[in-house]
Amino acid sequence: MSDTLSSTTAAEAPPPPATRRIPALARLRDLALVPAIVTVAIVGYIVSPVFLRTDNIINVLQSMSEIAIVVLAETLVLITGKMDLSLESTFGLAPGIAAWLIVDPAVTHGLGLHAVPGALAIPLVLLTGALIGAFNGLLIVRFGLNGFIVTLGMLIVLRGLLTGISGGKTFFALPESMTYLGSASWLAVPASIWISLILFAVAVVVLGYTRAGRSLYAIGGNADAARAAGVRTDRVVWLTLIIAGTLAALAGLLISGRLASVTAAQGDGAIFQVFAAAVIGGVSLNGGKGTVFGAFTGVLLLFLIINVLTLAGVPAQWTNFLNGAVILVALVVSRVTGGKAQT
Amino acid sequence: MTYEEQPPLVEAVDIGKRFGSTVALDRAGITVRAGETHALVGRNGAGKSTLVDILTGLQAPDTGRVSFGGRAAPPLGDRDAWRRQVACVYQKSTIIGALTVAENLFLNRHDRGAGGLIRWRALRRSARELLATWSVDVDVDQPASALTVEQRQFVEIARALSFGARFIILDEPTAQLDGTGIARLFDRIRALRAQGVTFLFISHHLQEIYEICDVVTVFRDARHIVTAPVAELDRAALVAAMTGEDVSLAGDTYRPPPPADAAVRVVVRDLVTASGAGASFEARAGEVVGLAGGGSSGKFEVAEALVGLAKPAGGKVTVDGRTLRRGSVPDALAAGVGLVPQDRHRQGLVPLLSIAENVTMTVPGRIGRHGLISPARRDAIAHGFITDLAIKASGPHVPVSDLSGGNQQKVVMGRALAGDPKLLVLVTPTAGVDVRSKQTLLGVVEQVRERGNVVLIVSDELDDLRICDRVLVMVQGRIVREMPAGWRDNDLVAAMEGVDLDHV
Repeated sequence: MSDTLSSTTAAEAPPPPATRRIPALARLRDLALVPAIVTVAIVGYIVSPVFLRTDNIINVLQSMSEIAIVVLAETLVLITGKMDLSLESTFGLAPGIAAWLIVDPAVTHGLGLHAVPGALAIPLVLLTGALIGAFNGLLIVRFGLNGFIVTLGMLIVLRGLLTGISGGKTFFALPESMTYLGSASWLAVPASIWISLILFAVAVVVLGYTRAGRSLYAIGGNADAARAAGVRTDRVVWLTLIIAGTLAALAGLLISGRLASVTAAQGDGAIFQVFAAAVIGGVSLNGGKGTVFGAFTGVLLLFLIINVLTLAGVPAQWTNFLNGAVILVALVVSRVTGGKAQT
Repeated sequence: MTYEEQPPLVEAVDIGKRFGSTVALDRAGITVRAGETHALVGRNGAGKSTLVDILTGLQAPDTGRVSFGGRAAPPLGDRDAWRRQVACVYQKSTIIGALTVAENLFLNRHDRGAGGLIRWRALRRSARELLATWSVDVDVDQPASALTVEQRQFVEIARALSFGARFIILDEPTAQLDGTGIARLFDRIRALRAQGVTFLFISHHLQEIYEICDVVTVFRDARHIVTAPVAELDRAALVAAMTGEDVSLAGDTYRPPPPADAAVRVVVRDLVTASGAGASFEARAGEVVGLAGGGSSGKFEVAEALVGLAKPAGGKVTVDGRTLRRGSVPDALAAGVGLVPQDRHRQGLVPLLSIAENVTMTVPGRIGRHGLISPARRDAIAHGFITDLAIKASGPHVPVSDLSGGNQQKVVMGRALAGDPKLLVLVTPTAGVDVRSKQTLLGVVEQVRERGNVVLIVSDELDDLRICDRVLVMVQGRIVREMPAGWRDNDLVAAMEGVDLDHV
């Protein structure tokens, strides 16, 4: 048998070197944004020496921690080859529902029901996120509807629901259970940073080292092949959508805690930044490609650039223009440094 | 042991299966004995795919039973039990390109250590061991997308064997392989058969069946027609069993070459592709030229450079005195070049669009004026092709995704012909196409030739090349031989392999 092989392969020209070089590149893809991040850090330091001070770094990490968790959620969904636009509305609605049920209308000029004790706030927020994810899954997995359209509809419906229950106003006077995680500091570092870093670390391990995590890649890469290999594809996708909804709800809880309020517009428009961060970080919109670590570097790069612009004293009226420009520039930078087109 | 005494490894009896009003299988069956390589042939739609689905446990038969080694088949839900019995290497890959070869081999059964975490090092080692056991020489750390079609098939076969299955179904494994790739695949099949693996081999290429298989089963119109040792069924009888009528397959294809004073219509001068392959040749009016060669011969690259799909590094192509702009498909179309590309799914068709839209895609100028398309004119053109090429469809509005492989290829051919090409370039025009469609497609060549146009057939399929007036043989990026019509199969194959039988 081995004779057969050696004779057949020896007769062939060796495979072109390009195919041999790919694995090394693939391993490096994770670090593709590191040069870009270093470049931004150097530019930032030149713009303002404040940039590299610990409190500024913590400031950047805290300002990105909530969105980063939503990016993590979206990354999971994107890797399975689906997409979830409704995460930005979940981000606002989940804490909104909790606030609506908990806050006392006597204190807040008629907003809220005061129907549920404040202690239930966190479970309520997470449950809302999970239910939204489960409903998305029902429509996408069970009814086989297009994920983009389903979650676009959900984005609008959920946003409308939040506007409805809040009357377009802002929930404030939140119970301490809702504000604690977003405002507490552990070991002199804001809890939200800890939470987002820990979630990313857990996700790196789960996606890299567990069968369940690998099945996300298998599904996104070739769902039929995954099914043939015994992966329960529908169940995994559904579960991923539920986890994504829960993560977005948690992120919403953190920002509500930080700001001690839930506005009717919380998270409005954030999904574009979330997609941009994931794609810049090397996550493919076609599924099956990308890593959690890459997604993290994507968010980090975006927020570092924004921070540098702030330090440079760019006026606030230009923020939107610059946010868009930053996304495009970051895409180009990651393309140039990573050498691979982001799709 | 004699042939009859061996217990059947796989037995399907009285299988019936309907999809709505369509009868996919009508009391059909197959018996495969251990150690043999069994061919399953039939025209598109004969019920082969449905039988494969039933044999692999992807679908339950409506009637009849399947047994493995005398025992009834496992229940449909028990995928692992099925995988221990049988595996199928489909035309469509079940390999996930973004994951490494190692992970593909152990997908969803990763080697796990403490805490349920995957032990990548151990997994890669078992992957290397597995591939070494079956002598597959592939780097397990590379992403599977880097594999060639052939390597991918070997990896899929190795994976199937690792589940314990010793019965492997190969669904048209040679459709996307070139001559040397097929030779290596057959070597591999013979070696595995020596190691006790049984194959069910599905192919449209009858030659391959005589080359590699012991027994052949023919299906036609959802029914089992005949099962016989290949030695007892000659080509004519096999074709007759497949089509239900007598068709002389090759026939006498000899015809006089075009007169030596016929006008030179196509000139390819020092064409050099980006990969370094080069070619120079001329073709006269009414000439059919073959371009043959093995996998790395560069024949596909030359074809792509010629029609503008790839930008050549140098040289020029002239059609009727007009020099084509390098790397420009629109210019090639305008100059009268028609193309049937190698991969009809990727380059040939837009599956969701109708036959009419696909066929007229290259000739927007002929179906409308001032940029507006006339649906009536478009449908008229499409109707013409549906009749001429015997495309089996209810009308020009049928989406091509609803057609069988052979009919899809006819649509691609129609698209190439829509512009009345002066030079028709056909790249592996009959890959994955059944016998009758093959005849229709090759018959078109004759018509084009009779009108004084030039046909270039780029293929290593001997049946395709037989109709050529001369065959240019490429080896390692160079045209090394020119063989006039009337060559012997052995000589041409030897020339493609870079061997000269007369001077050994």
